[in-house]
Amino acid sequence: MKAAVLVFPGSNREGDVAQAIELVTGRKPQMVWHGDGDFEKTDLIVVPGGFSYGDYLRCGAMAAQSPVMVEVRKRAAQGVPVLAICNGFQIVTEAGLLPGTLMRNAHLKFVCSDVHLKVETSQSLFTNRYQAGQVIRVPVAHAEGNYFADEETLKRLDDRGQIAFRYCAPDGTVDGTGNPNGSIRNIAGVFNETKTVMGLMPHPENAVEPMFGGCDGKALFEGLVEALT
Amino acid sequence: MKARVHVTLKNGVLDPQGKAIGHSLNRLGFPEVGDVRQGKFIELELAETDKAKAKARLDEMCRKLLANTVIENYSIELVG
Repeated sequence: MKAAVLVFPGSNREGDVAQAIELVTGRKPQMVWHGDGDFEKTDLIVVPGGFSYGDYLRCGAMAAQSPVMVEVRKRAAQGVPVLAICNGFQIVTEAGLLPGTLMRNAHLKFVCSDVHLKVETSQSLFTNRYQAGQVIRVPVAHAEGNYFADEETLKRLDDRGQIAFRYCAPDGTVDGTGNPNGSIRNIAGVFNETKTVMGLMPHPENAVEPMFGGCDGKALFEGLVEALT
Repeated sequence: MKARVHVTLKNGVLDPQGKAIGHSLNRLGFPEVGDVRQGKFIELELAETDKAKAKARLDEMCRKLLANTVIENYSIELVG
């Protein structure tokens, strides 16, 4: 699996996700600078976390208009898989690749902690190594992760199985206790209609080695390798 | 020509920042303050003299970048 990791001014998790990819593929991904609208074709594009363009105007709003994202939009339309994490999730929603948006956390505080996620489906490139209903533990670190979409969009997402992960309690109960940011219906990650683009606020790339407190994120990358190699 | 764009959260979208501002004002001795909604104010200098054209272009700017229409409304005001 050949992967490209985008880098914007202000990205800060690109190294983490590059390491996670190298761990499962044995090769370094290509790092692509935001001004590069013509990068090598890859099997996967990753939009990493951070504070692209200093979160000016709205998180992800400026990055969504950068030359590299114009190209990512084109490739996504052709079916190239895109994994968008944290600020990456904000960027791809701003770019119109995923529905909804990420608002300021309901409690207004930056949240940095481990959360539990319920895997909603195993039927995707990104989640094929998990079981539907499985509970995994991965970290979050964000101030704007409060997922919002209007009722009509939410219904469509539910009907078409486009919810990837929901925040939950350690026992898998989806209620307010496991929700770190006020996300509507506890939504932590969503797919586009073809399930080739996935965005999520939590950081699976920071849960791939036991010495960093868990490995529950590793299966996401292993699943991608399996599906895209 | 100068333009002023106001971006506000749509009705029905929770505004925790507005709420926190309201609470602070109440605590500071302004009990008359009820619901508070906050937003953004953007002032732009335009090289355009035709008001209708300017408005149409600003509308496009708002939809493409200045506002996120999933959660925000915008209003445009032309000055001078």
